[in-house]
Amino acid sequence: MNITVKFFARYREALGVDSQKVEGDFSTVDDVRALLAAREGFDVLKEQNLMCARNEDLCQLDEPLVDGDEVAFFPTVTGG
Amino acid sequence: MAIRVQADPFDPGVEVNAMHAANVGVGAVVSFVGYVRDFNDGLDVSGMFLEHYPGMTEKALGKIAVEAEQRWPLLKLEVLHRIGALEPGEPIVFVAAASAHRQAAFDACAFVMDYLKTRAPFWKKENTADGPRWVEGRASDHAAADRWKR
Repeated sequence: MNITVKFFARYREALGVDSQKVEGDFSTVDDVRALLAAREGFDVLKEQNLMCARNEDLCQLDEPLVDGDEVAFFPTVTGG
Repeated sequence: MAIRVQADPFDPGVEVNAMHAANVGVGAVVSFVGYVRDFNDGLDVSGMFLEHYPGMTEKALGKIAVEAEQRWPLLKLEVLHRIGALEPGEPIVFVAAASAHRQAAFDACAFVMDYLKTRAPFWKKENTADGPRWVEGRASDHAAADRWKR
């Protein structure tokens, strides 16, 4: 399946990229996170307080995925 | 309800007045205005940049507003958030709830702010005397949001 992954704020800066396509057999958001976190320079995706979204809705790491989904990883939000 | 995410400045007074204009059934308007401070965590702040997740931002704020309208008998609800470059003293966020009676308006306004702080995809990057830095989330914000769980 093909998944579009977006990164924001401190993660976007640390990774030097704001969006990336990944292809693989993913069951959950965490499968995508683990694939990327194993790459060199992607250590921020191992942070405890990482937040994630699927198709623009906040979700947990065990959120199931389907082909074509958009996933996003970002640090704790700080608006308001 | 109205959700606005904008780079342009806004006037909180104008926004508050619009909450009861043309609706004499409104007996209470509670509003919150958040401003950019000139200090944070021990450092002077000369400005900040508000990053967000276009698309999700509006969706997340809309979900919070819908939940507020389901929980309280509101006549009007407005959520307005700035993005982009901001200077100390500028309003950054505005939330207002209008209702027939005060308690629903007080509670809905606090609820929307507590959920916005922990669920809406905004990130602040401050310009400080030591250089730019990303603001980190606070545990107290999550404790505040947790009180609305049921």
